[in-house]
Amino acid sequence: MLRVDVEKQLGEFSLHATFASEGRVTGLFGASGAGKTSLINMIAGLLRPDRGTIVIDGETVDDTASGIHVPTWRRRIGYVFQDARLFPHLNVAQNLDYGRRMNRLAADPAQRTRVVELLDLGALLDRRPGKLSGGERQRVALGRALLSKPRLLLLDEPLGALDEARKLEILPYLVRLRDEANVPMVYVSHDVAELRQLATQIVMLRQGRVTSFGGVKVLT
Amino acid sequence: MLDISPAEWTAILLSLRVAIIATLVATPFGIALAWLLARRDFWGKSVLDAVVHLPLVLPPVVTGYLLLLTFGRRGLVGSFLADHLGIVFAFRWTGAALACGVMSFPLLVRPMRLSIEAIDRKLEQAAETLGAAPFKVFFTVTLPLALPGVLAGMVLGFAKAIGEFGATITFVSNIPGETQTISSAIYSLIQTPDGDAAAGRLVIVSIVLALGALISAEWFARRATARLHGN
Repeated sequence: MLRVDVEKQLGEFSLHATFASEGRVTGLFGASGAGKTSLINMIAGLLRPDRGTIVIDGETVDDTASGIHVPTWRRRIGYVFQDARLFPHLNVAQNLDYGRRMNRLAADPAQRTRVVELLDLGALLDRRPGKLSGGERQRVALGRALLSKPRLLLLDEPLGALDEARKLEILPYLVRLRDEANVPMVYVSHDVAELRQLATQIVMLRQGRVTSFGGVKVLT
Repeated sequence: MLDISPAEWTAILLSLRVAIIATLVATPFGIALAWLLARRDFWGKSVLDAVVHLPLVLPPVVTGYLLLLTFGRRGLVGSFLADHLGIVFAFRWTGAALACGVMSFPLLVRPMRLSIEAIDRKLEQAAETLGAAPFKVFFTVTLPLALPGVLAGMVLGFAKAIGEFGATITFVSNIPGETQTISSAIYSLIQTPDGDAAAGRLVIVSIVLALGALISAEWFARRATARLHGN
């Protein structure tokens, strides 16, 4: 599903990570500064590796040896950022449909209804992002990423900016997403409890290196 | 109220036409340049930035003279345009529009650039991850979010264009009905005996137009802030 073997020098910090994942949810675990966000940004194409390859769903999206670098917008990925990043000039419904419009996909009312129900967005559709709570924003961001029909969903600490109560509010949605949405995910977090609940596979990162790889039990 | 004579109306309408055309033609260039200066790093960027601001600090008569040398009938660009495209600037209202466009360009670009700089690039990245190609990112995210700044730049540019005097009179002279704008009409009137009343009326018109432009620019700027906060 996803194969990564990359090197990147960022100032003093060097990142060298190799892993392959087949699981439904790959948890990228590590302390802050371990290189998690840089790694996920390379998978998204927002950051270009100095050396190495990235293969998503059989397609080589990065291969420095042969000069391949597929731009982000052609990678067909979904990305949920810690800070939601909803478009402030569009309402929730327009935010949700943005990816479908940009990818020139035909309207899929069935999928849209399913996602809206899955994430309980029905009551929010007419609102502007400025009028949403942090938890609501994050749910809309999840829906927006899903509706662009990605082949891989990247989540960079999607609960990181929320307080405990809001986290507990969103977690069940993420579990439902994992079990029902049928899109493989890479989930970045430094929270062991979160990853125990969600991940099916763990990549542990420390100071830019993969220190262990395996099932959720490596988190002990 | 104001008893405006036909000759004064001619000058006012010509000023409006010159300023509107100058603003509309300058806007796409202004947006492109604002985006370039706000979002791209390239060799010679500070030089380009300085050249854009030059009309703001150069004596207007110098800008007008340079326009005459370049776009006049015998000028390098002027003769080419006249021979091949039939576009003549010298002593025509189109030349006045060109002079006004050049003179107001720095004021037009600045709010546009500031509003593009104020847009969180993370939003543009988010658009990319959703499958938007760079030009689509620009038209669906960058430009809509910068729109109040773009409008503010247009209003400010328009206000400057309608008041332009030095470069215009140097480049295209002061021909009633063709190149005599409000400013050059006032200039002629105050040199004429008994011209005071007419000059006074045009002065009031200028003040009203300038104030109106400044107030609407302020209003657009407030809208920009509200828009970026998603309300």
